[in-house]
Amino acid sequence: MPIDVLMPALSPTMEQGKLAKWLKKEGDSVKPGDVLAEIETDKATMEVEAVDEGTLARILIGDDTDNVAVNTPIAIIAEEGEDVDEAARAGPKESAPQGGSSQEAELAEEESSGSASGSDSAAPAAPAVARSANAYDASDEVPEGTEMVDTTIREALRDAMAEEMRRDEKVFVMGEEVAEYQGAYKVTQNLLQEFGERRVVDTPITEHGFAGLGVGAAFSGLRPVVEFMTFNFAMQAIDQIINSAAKTLYMSGGQLGCPIVFRGPNGAASRVAAQHSHDYAAWYSNVPGLSVVMPYTAADAKGLLKSAIRDPNPVIFLENEVLYGQSFPVPKLDDFTVPIGKARVHRKGDDVTIVSFGIGMTYAIKAAEELAREGIEAEIIDLRTIRPMDSDTVIASVMKTGRCVAVEEGFPQSGVTAEIATRIMEQAFDYLDAPVARVTGKDVPMPYAANLEKLALPNVAEVVQAAKAVCYK
Amino acid sequence: MATAARKSGGAASKSAKGTTRRTTRNTPSLSKDEEFQAYRDMLLIRRFEEKSGQMYGMGLIGGFCHLYIGQEAVVVGMQMASKDGDQVITGYRDHGHMLATGMDPKGVLAELTGRKGGYSKGKGGSMHMFSKEKHFYGGHGIVGAQVPLGTGIAFASRYRGEDSVCLTYFGDGAANQGQVYESFNMAALWKLPVVYVIENNRYAMGTSVSRAAAQTDFSRRGLSFNIPGEQVDGMDIRAVKEAGERAIEHARSGEGPFILEMLTYRYRGHSMSDPAKYRTKDEVTRMREEQDPIEQVRRRLLGEWEVPEKDLKEVDSEIRKIVNEAADFATNDPEPDPSELWTDILH
Repeated sequence: MPIDVLMPALSPTMEQGKLAKWLKKEGDSVKPGDVLAEIETDKATMEVEAVDEGTLARILIGDDTDNVAVNTPIAIIAEEGEDVDEAARAGPKESAPQGGSSQEAELAEEESSGSASGSDSAAPAAPAVARSANAYDASDEVPEGTEMVDTTIREALRDAMAEEMRRDEKVFVMGEEVAEYQGAYKVTQNLLQEFGERRVVDTPITEHGFAGLGVGAAFSGLRPVVEFMTFNFAMQAIDQIINSAAKTLYMSGGQLGCPIVFRGPNGAASRVAAQHSHDYAAWYSNVPGLSVVMPYTAADAKGLLKSAIRDPNPVIFLENEVLYGQSFPVPKLDDFTVPIGKARVHRKGDDVTIVSFGIGMTYAIKAAEELAREGIEAEIIDLRTIRPMDSDTVIASVMKTGRCVAVEEGFPQSGVTAEIATRIMEQAFDYLDAPVARVTGKDVPMPYAANLEKLALPNVAEVVQAAKAVCYK
Repeated sequence: MATAARKSGGAASKSAKGTTRRTTRNTPSLSKDEEFQAYRDMLLIRRFEEKSGQMYGMGLIGGFCHLYIGQEAVVVGMQMASKDGDQVITGYRDHGHMLATGMDPKGVLAELTGRKGGYSKGKGGSMHMFSKEKHFYGGHGIVGAQVPLGTGIAFASRYRGEDSVCLTYFGDGAANQGQVYESFNMAALWKLPVVYVIENNRYAMGTSVSRAAAQTDFSRRGLSFNIPGEQVDGMDIRAVKEAGERAIEHARSGEGPFILEMLTYRYRGHSMSDPAKYRTKDEVTRMREEQDPIEQVRRRLLGEWEVPEKDLKEVDSEIRKIVNEAADFATNDPEPDPSELWTDILH
């Protein structure tokens, strides 16, 4: 059957163009790759190549024709063995727009889009997450009567990695100074001694490269734990974290997952200035395809890191240098894990909800103690996971107290607390007795001077003041 | 293995004009069956890409679409040199790699048209397809990103004690990226089983190699990491296969990475919307007429191997049928169900 040569589009937005000139004439034999004609738009000149072999039987639209709609038949090719004259006489298969008006161009475009789904039809609703106004009860995580052992966060993280490495041969740790140096902050202490250099890998100081290498290893089925000396340096690697690790499962239609943990200290330490003090919780929490965890206690650090290593998805695990040396009771259990995506009620109270996470919890806890002395009982929610965020536990608390203060060390604009406030407004507006208040790091690069640094960070007094404000006291 | 870059046995040399010229001295040869297979595999890519270009012109394919026409000998030759289980990863000019690893043309073309039956259910598009079954790890849209990823796949092979080699492809443009050298360093340091295949098609989008690269001999780009490299005539499948075999053997035997710079050429623009005004028509025409990788094999089959023309015609029509069937499927397969919007974000 004779083949119609159609007016091609140079881009998805092109609707019509000029047929500038024919380089082949009727009767010429053509083969795939031969340039048949040149077309022009306001942007460029392009060549129309033959895709089929045969004889150019008839030219339907001549040289120098303006406004030829995309997909208009411009010529007919008779295939080998076909009667050229017959093909020429038969004309194009469908009567198509000539010298297309914009309406015709639209028609052609609609036809070519193939399927019926309109571009402006509404998106389906997000799948319902288990929607209950019930708070998650973290007290079930540790069986009653379990012996608790005081452990620093540093040790808890190390224990989590060691336990998972014993459990699964596919788990390995890589990063700068993780092996022989025993970790820049000694978090990987003794891992090299127990697991050897095959599984505890010192890398060059090349975050972009080793983060990408880790992602490739995860694509291939290993479970890398990639330590960044600080998340400030992960900026060098953020393309691999977001474009490669977070998006590939979706872009592969579910074929290629990336079971990897990126972990290390995040946020302000002490007197290390703007380039070493950034809190990236809000950044990573903006990205579908990532889970973002930021524990406060040693038990949560251990239980969540174990869950993160077992998780089939990329997990951003944000630690804090200031907290590494702090001790907390950790349950003495063979295999203690904490689920990702569940908040924990750290302190019960009826008057005001304080939501925080990571080091922000230190301000929340001290503020609650001070508020209690003044007769205000604050309920503290430790989010533990930033993404997916356990809104239910927050909402349940706010429905009880009617008031909320959200606390973080990160910057205010598009911060995690901004997200918390939005969700409360969307889901519990009618329960609020006051607008949600926020206490955040100040909107400035972290200064070096001791006094300025202190001013840039949130403090207990600000949390107390905010809590009183929402209580109208 | 000497660390200095060297040119593979008479495969490619640069003439005074700076164009590559094929010489016949010491040119490795293929068997008749291999030539036949190479002809078929390259023709499939060529016809598939031509069809993609046509369907793009009809509005059936959207977004970006980078065609591999002209470069077919590189991936087909490397696949002939590799063995089952060796992994392949590349950038966004990736349709040829998918077909060469044995992925179904229907699934690839249906992904290009954004349909349900595409390899990524229509959610990835031209630059983002994967097949674990065929050890094809994509299909990556960020220039150079596949280089650390491929190095990591090689790391995983060695970690598990397997003897597979990861063929990590990237272009002359990506070769200037920092992450490439971070990867070279680790691959050489840890002697990872990876072959870096630099497809030098002379233009990073519209910028010619000489305008973007201080060292235009990419086979030498690993010298400071003691990674051996070779320049190969990437238009001659015999040279590609022979150099590929040596490089892969080097990597598989535990000697570490190897760099192959494939001197090749793309006939079409960088992407469909590129009129390619940065080079002369003559240059393109000369490459097509004098060095076309498929035509080279075709001439040998008809000449040296005395294959009757009708046998090649049969291959032509078989390929045409495969491509037309793929096009029919890709045109008529439904778009993904709207509910797919929310799937595959997390496992």
